[in-house]
Amino acid sequence: MRDPLGRPPALLLVPAAIATGLLVVPLVAMVAATDWAGLPDELRSEPLREALWLSLTTATAAALICLVLGLPLAWVLARVDFRFRGALRALVSVPLVLPPVVAGVALRTTFGRRGLLGEPILDLTGFSFPFTTWGVVLSHVFVSLPFVVIAVEGAFRAAGREYDAAAATLGASRWTAFRRVTVPLAFPGIMAGLVLGWARALGEFGATITFNGNYPGTTQVMPNLIYVTRQSDQDAALALSLVMLLVSVGVLLALRDRWLGTP
Amino acid sequence: MSGLDVDLRVPGRVVARFSLEPGEVLAVIGPNGAGKSSLVHALAGLVPAEGSAVADGTDLLSQSAREREVGLVFQQQLLFPHLTALANVAFGPRARGVSRADAEARGQEWLDRFGVSDLARRKPRELSGGQAQRVAIARALATQPKLLLLDEPLTGLDVKVAMALRIELGRHLASYDGVTLLITHHAIDALTVADRVLVLDNGTVAQIGTPEEVSQRPRTEHVARLVGLNVVRDGDTLVSFTPEAVAISLDEPVGSPRLRWQGRVEDVAPHGDAVRVLVRADPDLIADVTPAAATELDLTPGREVWLSVKETAVRRYRWDAEQPGTVAP
Repeated sequence: MRDPLGRPPALLLVPAAIATGLLVVPLVAMVAATDWAGLPDELRSEPLREALWLSLTTATAAALICLVLGLPLAWVLARVDFRFRGALRALVSVPLVLPPVVAGVALRTTFGRRGLLGEPILDLTGFSFPFTTWGVVLSHVFVSLPFVVIAVEGAFRAAGREYDAAAATLGASRWTAFRRVTVPLAFPGIMAGLVLGWARALGEFGATITFNGNYPGTTQVMPNLIYVTRQSDQDAALALSLVMLLVSVGVLLALRDRWLGTP
Repeated sequence: MSGLDVDLRVPGRVVARFSLEPGEVLAVIGPNGAGKSSLVHALAGLVPAEGSAVADGTDLLSQSAREREVGLVFQQQLLFPHLTALANVAFGPRARGVSRADAEARGQEWLDRFGVSDLARRKPRELSGGQAQRVAIARALATQPKLLLLDEPLTGLDVKVAMALRIELGRHLASYDGVTLLITHHAIDALTVADRVLVLDNGTVAQIGTPEEVSQRPRTEHVARLVGLNVVRDGDTLVSFTPEAVAISLDEPVGSPRLRWQGRVEDVAPHGDAVRVLVRADPDLIADVTPAAATELDLTPGREVWLSVKETAVRRYRWDAEQPGTVAP
């Protein structure tokens, strides 16, 4: 099909092709290098099953917590006018650009046994986050929440304040308007934000390992396992990585048509 | 049902003071930026306002938007896109605590009244403009408001659809016992459905009166244009006259009539059997001439012309800035 505006310029097409290659080739190379014969054995290994289960459950728990805490924060940022809203949005976005290892250190400083909040929590309940599965969930939430908040805030803004006004003139409280108008209208955006947060949590490595160490069964999630395995057995690491790739792509495909909409 | 006593101010936007009887329909007209929407949104509680707006013994301005028993129909309708037509109409009663079944029954009844009950299960995007506006009006009325506010409900609709809905709306408003404010851009809305007309100009009430008073003795150029008249100020009187009464000549009119102006042709367009000429003068005037005359005088945009009107062809009335609505005897 000829574009009446003329051929796309090579100056744009060539970098576009390079970008595509850069994103796709490593994944293809990984699939090609996999030792398919040895794969079934790798998949049956106990450490993998433990780590995969832990990754899926902690990422899901983190996504749900992000929903419960992130939705209200996104609403406040989208709908309440207050003086330091811009500053708050900037603060909330910091973890987006923070190196995950730094996030781990920050969490340790706050929730460690001697941490700002960790010490009182320990004194009060005898519980401490680091090196536990809850610690893993906490670090996942810390890195995923900004993604969810920013994505959902955008969805709330797109859902239009004028519909809130319409709901108010019909006698709806703000809570009713939130529940019956804003959330349903923003639903696709909320799901997209949630999937984004979930994927971010699933891949979390730096903050998790810094905050929780790497204990099989409690804190050893898939990225940690892959990293450790790679130091001794390249083939096994490749197989584990393939599993992660399949899980990620599978989730993306499963949710794409349902919620994310087609491009 | 009660009337409405308004004395409100939206700083920087509009100042308005008027009283309405129960069941009365007030058309609010005026140019863009005159404060029409601000007035209506202030009454609905969507824009902060000072003063008072008393209906049924309560001051609406002391209540939040959701406490006011006010129905607002937005220019863009704002039907909830994720809800069916029925759920949209049932939304108000539901929000006010009516059970789901009762709210839906009431919604169905209102859709019936507007002749769109067969569309109950459709989403707003599956409705035509006219259908959507019927649902929007039904939604506003389903909460049984004391005050119904319609913000240009017929704007943007197809001409035929708008006419049908206008007639229908007139019928519904006649049987509605609350007070109605109808913002409109069309003189015909004011003349067909309104009991009184309020003219806003530059954020203040320029005139309020029956449609006949306002159309025969317009006080603003905007209203004069809406009803197809010219209005000019002459000392402490206003002078209105029809476009047909205006004579156009290329030379200064002989006999030096008092009412004459010099200006430049701005626009020429067919108007019925005649040609309507808009002349930029002080003030702007419209004149209707025969096509033959338009050709003979070569009335094209930019042409310098003289306009005059005979004293016998004009209506004179007092200009009184202090008391809008009072009509000189």
